[in-house]
Amino acid sequence: MKVDHSQPLEYSTEQNRLNILGFWIFLGAEIMLFGTLFTCYFTLVNRTSDGPIGAEIFEITPVLMETFLLLTSSFVIGLGIHAMRLGNKKAMQAFFILTLLLGIGFLAFEITEFITYYEEGATLQTSAFTSILFTTLGTHGAHVSLGLFWGLFIILQVRKRGITPVTANKSFIFSLYWHFLDVVWIFIFTFIYMKGLTQL
Amino acid sequence: MGYFSRFAVPHPSPAIYASMIAIAVTVFLIIAGITYFKKWIYLWDGWITTVDHKKIGIMYLISALLMLFRGGVDALMMRAQLAVPDNKLLDSQHYNEVFSTHGVIMVLFMAMPYIMGLMNFVVPLQIGARDVAFPRLNAVSFWLFFMGAMLFNLSFVIGGSPDAGWSSYFPLAGNEFSPHVGTNYYMISIQIAGIGTLMTGINFLTTILKMRAPGMTLMRMPMFTWASLTTCIIIIFAFPVLTIALLMGTMDRLFATKFFTITDGGMDMLWANLFWVWGHPEVYILILPAFGLFSEIIPTFSRRNIYGYTSMVASMVLISFYSFLVWTHHFFTMGQTAYVNSIFSITTMIIAIPTGIKIFNWLFTMWRGRIRFTVPMLYCLAFIPLFTIGGVTGVMLAMSAADYQYHNTMFLVAHFHNVIIPGVVFAVLGASTYYWPKMFGFVLNEKIGKLAFWFLVIGFCLAFFPMYITGLDGQARRMYTYSEDTGFGPWNMVATIGAVCMAISFVLIVYMIYYSIRNAKKEAVSDPWDARNLEWATHTPVPEYNFAIIPQVNSREAFWDAKYKGHPLFKGDYEKIHMPNNSGVPFLMSLFFFALGFGLVFSMWYLAICGLIGVFICMAHRSFEQDHGRYISVEEIKETEAKYGGTHK
Repeated sequence: MKVDHSQPLEYSTEQNRLNILGFWIFLGAEIMLFGTLFTCYFTLVNRTSDGPIGAEIFEITPVLMETFLLLTSSFVIGLGIHAMRLGNKKAMQAFFILTLLLGIGFLAFEITEFITYYEEGATLQTSAFTSILFTTLGTHGAHVSLGLFWGLFIILQVRKRGITPVTANKSFIFSLYWHFLDVVWIFIFTFIYMKGLTQL
Repeated sequence: MGYFSRFAVPHPSPAIYASMIAIAVTVFLIIAGITYFKKWIYLWDGWITTVDHKKIGIMYLISALLMLFRGGVDALMMRAQLAVPDNKLLDSQHYNEVFSTHGVIMVLFMAMPYIMGLMNFVVPLQIGARDVAFPRLNAVSFWLFFMGAMLFNLSFVIGGSPDAGWSSYFPLAGNEFSPHVGTNYYMISIQIAGIGTLMTGINFLTTILKMRAPGMTLMRMPMFTWASLTTCIIIIFAFPVLTIALLMGTMDRLFATKFFTITDGGMDMLWANLFWVWGHPEVYILILPAFGLFSEIIPTFSRRNIYGYTSMVASMVLISFYSFLVWTHHFFTMGQTAYVNSIFSITTMIIAIPTGIKIFNWLFTMWRGRIRFTVPMLYCLAFIPLFTIGGVTGVMLAMSAADYQYHNTMFLVAHFHNVIIPGVVFAVLGASTYYWPKMFGFVLNEKIGKLAFWFLVIGFCLAFFPMYITGLDGQARRMYTYSEDTGFGPWNMVATIGAVCMAISFVLIVYMIYYSIRNAKKEAVSDPWDARNLEWATHTPVPEYNFAIIPQVNSREAFWDAKYKGHPLFKGDYEKIHMPNNSGVPFLMSLFFFALGFGLVFSMWYLAICGLIGVFICMAHRSFEQDHGRYISVEEIKETEAKYGGTHK
């Protein structure tokens, strides 16, 4: 592998540059994926049948907590990448672990939220609205869960192999993914929760 | 028995039992044959674990040909049923299953892999690269497609085939009207293959953007590479929509969600919209690479460069853009306002403009060229008039008011076969004859090839032109029979005769391959057609590293310039070449996907969960694996190059 030292480590080999471009293109496909989910959500949002509407089940506190946790984690992983560029392995690992912990916190709130919805009678099968609500949130949540495992694997690899062109590349790509999930969450927060809460 | 009864086919018939026996015998014979000839290791090392884009391309082509056979048998069954009025050969349920699987197989498991196979084989060679950007991912793509196709074909003998049409509209595809597992197969096998296609799109877009030979700017790329580039962009934008649509459809069927139901707020038209937001771009995913292939073959056999290169590129980019703006024309009659219909009428008709530009460019390429009437060129020559007829009937269908007459009739069936067969099928058949020498080292027999060509063209005209007439007279599509008073009988008989001619043509193609393997001169010809692009600049058979020295590109036809204008293509000395390692994980991962899919189809959750865990383990393995690839040393390169007669300089 030819290593180009004028570039940051994650861009330093040809394969690394390909990986990063490929991942950006993948994120383009992910935007289409969530774009389709949002389109379906907007189409079905008022088709509540006998089930509840958004304003009846949404609660602002857990949603704000989830937002706070996920946005913070996005900031923290930015610090992690910064530490990686400075070559500070310890700080990088600490920031990555903190990112994942915040992600777990987010998931915990989201799962509790889902349980509350179920207890209030809004299940996956209640109406077209609840079906698309759970599917959209669930797809995002599944992405976060997958990210937790992915991030954990990367932390283990950095610990064992140090900050190399390969691990730096993986960490950088993972940070792109994590930021992307944050962007999606901002749309969920705005167009599902905020819009839904002001429905009445 | 209660447990196994779920696997029973709901509408058994002698044909299905015969297929069960045929499948069992074939599988046994294949396994016995491989064992007898001691080919398991060769198969595993040489093919199943390969990450070489050329081998993956060839595996795509073999799978596509097998699927062409399966889809073709479906077509023949339909034509046999419709040959005479009031026929009792197939019952309505069986007929529904046959046209549904025919559509899905021909579009998703025949045309798509055929195109993907040619892209795999040709694009890296054409841009002077040694492989694709992500060779391992490429293997994953292929095996996901393959397992998706296998899962889909399994439906015929285990549990029952999908019967709601290839577009699988809800509520017909819902549990109430399609109670057996056929539509589950549809949702899940297409999902698995679709993930593979999306990965291919990402892989090839990255490859084309970043791995072109020095000097090959975007506007110097060969036409097929341009076509692949635009296709990849369509794939990346269109396939996620399908992913979501299929996910929602699967959830409706397995978990009783309310997306496309009639009750509880569901919206059945949402499926139709999502399906065609993907489905219309999908037909351009098929046709744009086909256009690219024609644009490779026509200049070669006219001995002229492509006419209007820039307008060719611009028209492809425009087509890929417009392909997303026309989906509603698939259901003009389903209750939108006239205003909406008018907009989609206009956008649909606009697509005819860039397509027309391309037709004229091909004609001008041939104008005053020295045309050689080889088999690939014959396919191109037949394509132009036949495709134009298909395009014109497409514009007729695009008129939303008139569409109320054509909608859901045989006229529509005639139209889309008239664009897909001369467009895609002629392109891939012509291109596989054209690229055959590069893949296998010998030229296919021209005589049998021409005979097959004429059978196909005449058979095509006989099979589909009568459908325009019966369609205008009101023969509905997807109806398993019709009465004698309709007067459709004679026309349908003509169509059936045409279908038989096409079947003969495919038999001839198989015979042509067999005959050529036996009798063709096996001299390694690296450039049998006197072609113009880089894929012909390397040896035949292509060494695993493609090019010993990366070629230098100076124009749109660097290889032509190297042959006739003294352009030095290969400068510098050999250097060691980095190559990726083979891996069995893509194959294993796809097997787990298969288990996951099969488990979901029959709601066997333990199997589905095991499959899913297997998939995750494969992904984790990939994450932790340290694979630095391997190097081919300069000595090895020298040896290989000497064997093939030295690098052209």
